[in-house]
Amino acid sequence: MNAEALAGRIGERVADVLVARGEVTAIVEREHLLETLAWLRDQPDVALDFLASVTASHWLEVDPAFWVDYELRSFRHKHRARVKVGLSEGDAHIPSVAPMFPTADWHERETFDFYGIVFDGHPDLTRILLPDDWEGYPLRKDQPLGGVPTWFRGATMPPVDERGMA
Amino acid sequence: MGEAPAFRDPTTGELRQETMIINMGPQHPSTHGVLRLVLELDGETVIRCKPVIGYLHTGIEKNTEYRTWMQGVTYVTRADYLSPFFNELAYCLGVERLLGVEATERATLIRILVCELNRITSHLVWLATSGLELGAVSVMLYGFRERELIMEIFEAITGLRMNHAYIRIGGVVMDLPDEGPRTIRGLLDLLPGRIDEYETLLHDNPIWRERNEGVGVLAAEQALALGVTGPALRATGIDADLRKDIPYCGYDSFDFDVPVRTEGDAYARYVVRLAEMRESLKIARQALERIEDTPGPVMIDDPKVGWPPRLSVGPDGIGNDPDYLRHIMEESMEALIHHFKMVTQGVEVPAGEVYSAVESPRGELGYLIVSDGGHRPYRVKIRDPSFVNLQALPAMIEGYLVADTVASVASIDPVLGGVDR
Repeated sequence: MNAEALAGRIGERVADVLVARGEVTAIVEREHLLETLAWLRDQPDVALDFLASVTASHWLEVDPAFWVDYELRSFRHKHRARVKVGLSEGDAHIPSVAPMFPTADWHERETFDFYGIVFDGHPDLTRILLPDDWEGYPLRKDQPLGGVPTWFRGATMPPVDERGMA
Repeated sequence: MGEAPAFRDPTTGELRQETMIINMGPQHPSTHGVLRLVLELDGETVIRCKPVIGYLHTGIEKNTEYRTWMQGVTYVTRADYLSPFFNELAYCLGVERLLGVEATERATLIRILVCELNRITSHLVWLATSGLELGAVSVMLYGFRERELIMEIFEAITGLRMNHAYIRIGGVVMDLPDEGPRTIRGLLDLLPGRIDEYETLLHDNPIWRERNEGVGVLAAEQALALGVTGPALRATGIDADLRKDIPYCGYDSFDFDVPVRTEGDAYARYVVRLAEMRESLKIARQALERIEDTPGPVMIDDPKVGWPPRLSVGPDGIGNDPDYLRHIMEESMEALIHHFKMVTQGVEVPAGEVYSAVESPRGELGYLIVSDGGHRPYRVKIRDPSFVNLQALPAMIEGYLVADTVASVASIDPVLGGVDR
């Protein structure tokens, strides 16, 4: 199915669907995430039954502060689509899709590791890439970047966002 | 799982029954990088396996957020270091889609050529290392010997053996060297015979078959549920290949097959990879022919995107074009200002979000790229196939012998630089 047709078909179920640069994005509420993913998987003509990736992005001073992003692919129909869920800053909880897609296990752990988003119902929500005793969630935009101590006496290299380039 | 065997405790003398937990790695020769496997063993049988990753985490995704769009290429190429061109390609295709531009035709063909050669080098490293692990040391020597030939070609084209940063937004850094097509053609003539040699060594080799057949089996449903892609998925009977399914770079105009097996074991993955090397040779040959028939620039003709603007290797070996230097230094102040802005700020990418995926040697390599309209990426997520495929390891080895763990890890072909990013 081409992007427009797919968006139209998904639009029968999800109110907020858009096509940009040939990619289909469906924006759903957190409460409807699981049923929407199940619907996308089970419609024979949509068959988005392969979860390629789960990740998130963080935005300061706007609501939702987090966008959780699910990349879906259909081997049968050779098309793909994305489902996005917005979460507020103080309420970064979302149901885990690991029971539905076992591959989500590590993706959700990584997203938790980087953003501190809690996936409710995940079998083992622990840090995956960072050390277990790491403090903070480094891909959040409000994480201090820190400076690099240098070997020159009295000098430090400022954090990259304070160097005045770019 | 049967009962654990009983043994007499040497200190108390009582009869006990328990399993043993051992760490394989993080620096174990058969873990293909810095991977740690926590194995619970009942005698020789693996009851539980928990991969522990993150030892090579370098924060590539976070780093790209504080560099210009063009500098991003030099970061992502270091993620999966055995397939650098694929990382560069997926990233650049994504940024190009955000910008709404396309690389020139010649640049696209060169991209395909280097990527397919890169697929061969990556599979050769897999062949060499897994041969070494299973005791086939001569295969290791042959694999690295042939890889070296291709690495020399990469060095001639890009200046570097790895981490090339050769594919850039809007094209490639520079054209093939004059002797490039002739050297590559020589290689393309040589390699089929060499692949036949590997096959002669391994295909009906009783030890190779014994160690790989029926080992690390994944059924198609299991592989799909665990998100496995690439040769490991195609070995389960599913002909999923992004080059055919959702073509990019005009792969649909090339003539090649997608090798598929149905057994789903380590041997099937070996057969698929060997066949893929032959298919890559086919594609590379077609790409090379078309490159020779397609003159033209290798960088997009858009001063706001194309970077570097012009390079030509002078007699001093430095890649600056004397005409361009004269233009910015002596003739035009505006050109100098533009040059300065391109170096310090780079391209400005309209706000938006794309997911750009290519078929890397290990499967679906996807880049989710988010722009907020600025000079730097807002978010770059690397969906690395090694990361996802490694998740299938417990399903492959739990219930089997610990010796099969080595063959199973090798058959996934994980690259820990990509797993940990």
